[in-house]
Amino acid sequence: MSTIFTSSIGKKLMMSLAGFFLLAFLLVHLGINLLVIIYDDPMVYNKVAHFMGTNILVKIFEIVLMGGILLHIIYALILQIQNWIARPKRYSKANYSNTSFFSKFMIHTAIITLVFLAIHFADFYFKAKFGHTETLVVDGVLYHDLATEIVDKFKMLPFVVFYIAAFIFLGFHLVHGFQSAFKTYGLDNSRFTPVIQALAIVYSVVIVGGNTMIPLMIYFS
Amino acid sequence: MDLKLKIWRQKDSQSRGKFVNYKLNDVSPDSSFLEMLDVLNEELVERNEEPIVFDHDCREGICGACGMVINGRPHGPDSLITVCQLHMRKFKHGDTIVIEPWRARAFPLIKDLMVDRYAFDKLIQESGFVSVNTGSAPEANSIPVKKHYADLAMDAAACIGCGACVAACKNASAMLFVGAKVSHLTLLPQGKIEAKERVLQMVAKMDELGFGNCTNTGACEAECPKGITLTNIARLNREYYYAKV
Amino acid sequence: MHRIHSNIPEGPLTEKWSSYKSNQNLVNPANKRKLDIIVVGTGLAGGAAAASLAEMGFKVKSFCYQDSPRRAHSIAAQGGINAAKNYQNDGDSIFRLFFDTVKGGDYRSREGNVYRLAEVSNQIIDQCVAQGVPFAREYGGTLDNRSFGGALVSRTFYARGQTGQQLLLGAYQSLSRQIKQGNVEMYPRMEMQNLVMVDGKARGIICRDVITGKLERFSAHAVVLATGGYGNVFFLSTMAMGANASAIWQCHKKGALFGNPCYVQIHPTCIPVHGEYQSKLTLMSESLRNDGRIWVPKNKEDAEKLQKGEISGSEIPEENRDYYLERRYPAFGNLVPRDVASRAAKERCDAGYGVNSTGLAVFLDFKDSIARLGKDVIEAKYGNLFQMYEKITDDNPYEMPMMIYPAIHYSMGGIWVDYELQTTVPGLFATGESNFSDHGANRLGASALMQGLADGYFVLPYTIQNYLAHEINTPRFPTDLKEFEQAESEVRKRLEDLMAVKGSQTVDTIHKRLGKIMWDYVGMARNKDGLELAIEEIQNLKEDFWNNLKIPGEMDDLNPELQKATRLADFLELGELMAMDAMHREESCGGHFREEFQTGEGEALRNDKDFAYVAAWEYKGEGKEPELHKEALKFENVELKQRNYK
Repeated sequence: MSTIFTSSIGKKLMMSLAGFFLLAFLLVHLGINLLVIIYDDPMVYNKVAHFMGTNILVKIFEIVLMGGILLHIIYALILQIQNWIARPKRYSKANYSNTSFFSKFMIHTAIITLVFLAIHFADFYFKAKFGHTETLVVDGVLYHDLATEIVDKFKMLPFVVFYIAAFIFLGFHLVHGFQSAFKTYGLDNSRFTPVIQALAIVYSVVIVGGNTMIPLMIYFS
Repeated sequence: MDLKLKIWRQKDSQSRGKFVNYKLNDVSPDSSFLEMLDVLNEELVERNEEPIVFDHDCREGICGACGMVINGRPHGPDSLITVCQLHMRKFKHGDTIVIEPWRARAFPLIKDLMVDRYAFDKLIQESGFVSVNTGSAPEANSIPVKKHYADLAMDAAACIGCGACVAACKNASAMLFVGAKVSHLTLLPQGKIEAKERVLQMVAKMDELGFGNCTNTGACEAECPKGITLTNIARLNREYYYAKV
Repeated sequence: MHRIHSNIPEGPLTEKWSSYKSNQNLVNPANKRKLDIIVVGTGLAGGAAAASLAEMGFKVKSFCYQDSPRRAHSIAAQGGINAAKNYQNDGDSIFRLFFDTVKGGDYRSREGNVYRLAEVSNQIIDQCVAQGVPFAREYGGTLDNRSFGGALVSRTFYARGQTGQQLLLGAYQSLSRQIKQGNVEMYPRMEMQNLVMVDGKARGIICRDVITGKLERFSAHAVVLATGGYGNVFFLSTMAMGANASAIWQCHKKGALFGNPCYVQIHPTCIPVHGEYQSKLTLMSESLRNDGRIWVPKNKEDAEKLQKGEISGSEIPEENRDYYLERRYPAFGNLVPRDVASRAAKERCDAGYGVNSTGLAVFLDFKDSIARLGKDVIEAKYGNLFQMYEKITDDNPYEMPMMIYPAIHYSMGGIWVDYELQTTVPGLFATGESNFSDHGANRLGASALMQGLADGYFVLPYTIQNYLAHEINTPRFPTDLKEFEQAESEVRKRLEDLMAVKGSQTVDTIHKRLGKIMWDYVGMARNKDGLELAIEEIQNLKEDFWNNLKIPGEMDDLNPELQKATRLADFLELGELMAMDAMHREESCGGHFREEFQTGEGEALRNDKDFAYVAAWEYKGEGKEPELHKEALKFENVELKQRNYK
């Protein structure tokens, strides 16, 4: 079993498992965020956010999630460095034929996403955690007014543009990542793969579409 | 037609290489790419210069000896073909053609466009075989093989070991090569017996030899002159997990 | 003078091989470890021999000039491999395979050898299947067969159009296994330059490292040649670019007799020559003749229009087409043996009916088969060949008839060996295409793979022990003996001489001139005057070579021009011997067609009374006439007949 973490295939497996876990998280995250635009009452969102921030299971899950992100990043770094070492001298004229276009830019879209993530954390996550937000007391419970925070942020145009751009790049990352994960699991055949590839696009469109809809609707509301 | 060629020249593995520009006129569109290089080499020899060194042998697309990156594509701008079968009609009068060797740490450069692909042999030596001694084989028809699997095995076994998959892969990964051999042998009952040992040993050897990791980009599949598909990599992954659990 | 003896065991034909095996000397396992064997070449014969010998416990050193043993030219064989399994229940048998091979070889091969070949053919299939060779299968899971090259039974096993590749990979994988186990030391990119003899026995070889240019010495208790054929003497052939005769020629010069050098096979279905710059010819599997019909126009005017490119083949109406093979050979039609089909094409083209710009091509038409079976069926059978044809010629064979012309493909001749595959030099063995043994004057389709693997897997590993059993007391010996010194300095001198010429002609220009002489006079049809002229022209060309050759670069370096020059130097000498052999053989048989000896209908006319022998030539020194030795061929089980495919 030992080499499952160190062999090339093993590392890819860990990478894709972590990635797939993040794919699932993204859906949940989107679902919750959509509450901001679905309900006029900001407290709906704030209550869910409060639950997410205080529930013990969710807190455990949060650590797992951080672990997942970290795992995905660490394995990505190791693999990427090995891949660069594997070709010390590069071609002067770059290769352009691939069967999966977005796969060529995984590291680039990953770095953009990482930068986005850092800003995102600074904007929302840490604020929620360490309490630099407006607070509300409803029925004797203290809530961070994250919903208003979101709405305030997305009234700023540069912020909206940045968010949307970041999500589009993340989408590129997801299109390849989603279907690549299945190949890494060993699931690839002529009937199954086209379905997966279609699903990958549907999934990515949903994630990108949903997450860009939020700032857009807020901005134009 | 007249062509401008930009070709990688490097004296030996230690020297620094560089691109050298050549002009070649009156190239017949019916000649093969290597015949075009032959003509250039004849001109170089006439001028007392050293000819451009490249591997080639059968010139019918099956031995796997030839291979170079032409305008960014291994085996050049045609699909399902090796460079010896690439014909000049795929180019236009006045084109500039950039020719580079396979580039990968596992394939060290020997001279000009010639690289050392012995790493592929080492992979097969590791366990890309069925352990059967001459004379010990049972009657050929005693083990029936489902036609579907025999055909899939043949698809995978068509690999010519040219290294275009490694050359094309942005990570210089050998997963398609190893996947093809593992698939070929594992799909057949004769090779199934050693399937676990084979996949574990070949993957370990592949990593040791300094190939990169697979990112399912599909560049290997796109450039493979024999049309070996990514499904072979997925099968390799499956076989690997199966051997691990 | 050599006394040549085939050493064929006594007894009835069917028992010769088993009685040989029962009575031969064997080497015990402890002694096998102490014996080294050099195997030069890693194709079907060499790869299989090296793997099998190593499995038995011998220490093997394996050499190839390519970067990997997997690239040997056996890989290019497309069609298939024969065996007498009779899986199709169509009446095949070992005797019938034997009979067909002797007949196909135009009664110029040894009965004993050919029968053994047919006998072991079935074991080859078993062995290859066990190695994981993905032969074509029926839906029921059993092995599929096809009829091939005019055989009346379906005995050919195949793996799509890549049978040679798959069989070679099987042998290569077995070889790889032995390399890993340490029983084989593999030396790729090493080209044999000379044979080392100690006390009259083959004891080692001198190689040139292709990358560094350095000469290296290797010693062993026996040397096995598996270096393939010499078709590249014609410059244009279906051989690999690097295929050469240097190893066998150097051994010939050290005393190994050369058998039947004039027997070369011309394959009828190759893509025609298209220009001056052409480097090699591409073969398309003979299986195409199963469904394609060969024709030229009936009227010369149509042929002329085709040659000028004014019309295309598909525009010529049915009634104006001459399906000349069907016309001349109603029984076999398009499936006549290779030599017959090739000559018939040449005859039509020489008469002015050729169909491409050079006038040297005939049509191979699938129109009727596509109409009868449907495009899908044709595509399933020949798709990869059609695709290859289209890539090379830019013509779509589904719509336009293919154009084909014969090309040099295989050499039946080679180093003379006895029943044990031993040459006239003790301890030196020759296998596969490099020996002369089993195909007589013409080889049947799908028999080359069979012979290479038979020699490598099942014949040589036995027979070599009969020799090595006497060598068990010979310890491993160093390579600093004076004989090694001497052999190496011979090579060094030759290389220095080549580098010192500093003339004005490239190797390829001289090679092309040799090829033209060979093709014009020692090719598909030969005659006395032409052969005399050829010998004279080759001698002049040799002069030119040694006085005007130009090789840039250094000797002790990777130098492809020098590499080609060493090969060409040997081809020049071999070409002359081929012409001499062709001149002395005053009959037509198989691949050797003398225009003076033909029937009224233009068929080959054998002379069994005077020429039913193997011509084994002995090298007598530079500038001296070689000496001819004759090994009479005895036919006790086959009646000699005029081959008749009508």
